[in-house]
Amino acid sequence: MAILLLAEHDNRTLSDQTARALTAAREIGSEIHVLVAGKDANAAAGEAAKLAGVSKVLLADSDALANNLAEPLAALIVSIAGGYDTIIAAATASAKNVMPRVAALLDVAQVSEIIAVVSPDTFKRPIYAGNAIQTVQTTDAKKVITVRAAAFQPSDAGGSVAIEAVQAAADPGLSSFVKDAISSSDRPELTSAKIVISGGRALGSSEKFKEVILPVAEKLGAAVGASRAAVDAGYAPNDWQVGQTGKVVAPQLYIACGISGAIQHLAGMKDSKFIVAINKDADAPIFQVADYGLVADLFDVLPEFEKAL
Amino acid sequence: MKVLVPVKRVVDFNVKIRVKPDNSGVDLANVKMAINPFDEISVEAAVRLKEAGQATEVVAVSIGPAKAEETLRSALAMGADRAILIETDDTVEPLAVAKILKCVADTEKPGLIIVGKQAIDDDSNQTGQMLAALLGWAQATFASKIELGDQKAAVTREVDGGLQTIEVKLPAVVTTDLRLNEPRYASLPNIMKAKKKPIEKRIAADLGVATAPRLKVLKTEEPATRKAGIKVTSVGELIEKLRSEAGVL
Repeated sequence: MAILLLAEHDNRTLSDQTARALTAAREIGSEIHVLVAGKDANAAAGEAAKLAGVSKVLLADSDALANNLAEPLAALIVSIAGGYDTIIAAATASAKNVMPRVAALLDVAQVSEIIAVVSPDTFKRPIYAGNAIQTVQTTDAKKVITVRAAAFQPSDAGGSVAIEAVQAAADPGLSSFVKDAISSSDRPELTSAKIVISGGRALGSSEKFKEVILPVAEKLGAAVGASRAAVDAGYAPNDWQVGQTGKVVAPQLYIACGISGAIQHLAGMKDSKFIVAINKDADAPIFQVADYGLVADLFDVLPEFEKAL
Repeated sequence: MKVLVPVKRVVDFNVKIRVKPDNSGVDLANVKMAINPFDEISVEAAVRLKEAGQATEVVAVSIGPAKAEETLRSALAMGADRAILIETDDTVEPLAVAKILKCVADTEKPGLIIVGKQAIDDDSNQTGQMLAALLGWAQATFASKIELGDQKAAVTREVDGGLQTIEVKLPAVVTTDLRLNEPRYASLPNIMKAKKKPIEKRIAADLGVATAPRLKVLKTEEPATRKAGIKVTSVGELIEKLRSEAGVL
């Protein structure tokens, strides 16, 4: 039977994480339908229709679906779930919100944040903040799965399939959207950037964070991340947090500045291709995973680094 | 309004866990256990609502072995009024936990359930959403701010691009994220007082909920380790390595 892949998008563009979750879906089966649920999301649906390996795109359009509210989105997915034996999505904030609701409504377990497909019903997933990897086999007739996108390469564009409209389910009317405070910047998205530069508590203030980290990010065309300590201290916004409970990234180059390397943080970046650590403390655990370590004060080194680029 | 707070007994977040050599699981013998950190944030949120006069009673509930009573005592010491322990020695997956919690909610009739967004052992991030689904209630996950109104709550949520504020009808399920609050340390007098607070005990099997696992755990392994690389001594050397060796600049 077919696979339903829930797309991550902002109505205008499709997230790179969907192309990565598609790669996981293609390891499970071959008939893949991508569900784009939103409001005026034709552009995002158009992008989904071009991805290699997609059989069909389903576009659901309604006001209730405009802001990823869990209840109407779950109702929609459940209303079309009969035709699928696997329902899958990249483990974004939106999918982490809605997919367990879908699983419970279908009375099946969810397999969260898989990092590998062993067979169509068996998957690997990290537990204990990535300190152990569990292989689990589902016994339910329907599988609900979220995918740690950083663990899979994105599927390329290459196809061109039909976009079919589907009816939104009735909105249960339990919640309503008030407002978004979404940070906008010209920098690439954290989860899909080729280079990420992250700052830790050593930055000392949000002003210093901006002053020292951002110029290097601009020069490199890098996304900016932060440790949990830096976010908790208010030096960086929550959506910059890299780690087990924040974003999991796997860029070509990850530059950790003034980050000690708590297990929690390592879980979010240790699959990066190359890791650079800059820290005053030569014993910081971050050096145990870094390809290139520089024991130095980041306030001295980063401006020099920026100038030399 | 009554607030229900589910809490889970997990390995203390400071413990570096070990995988058993035969790959059958994680070695939990003689490991320090504690209340799941996200659930501690939930207890704090509920107690603050009571202190602000917006909640009348805070009830903590845990599903697990007899020793989960310690976890409930932690919640009581922080300010929960009473507790319910649903005892079981089996592995209870999030779906079964949600079903048991639904039974508890059907009896207790809380106006709000505040639960940690995920447990730091299985990292599932499912229970709150599943519970909301089974109850047919609204859900507000990953909360960094909760403002109660008349029969509704405005909840600010941590989402991928920043923050989203939604309004949910009550009763609702809210799951907590890191920035909602900083949990208090229980004072000694409160720890002593907590010993006298009531804990109602029930056996999970008596609730008539099917708790058999849906997932078979085939293997638990150590993650692939990364080897430490080299130390460079200057910015110049770093850039040179990144250009020539790594080819990433």
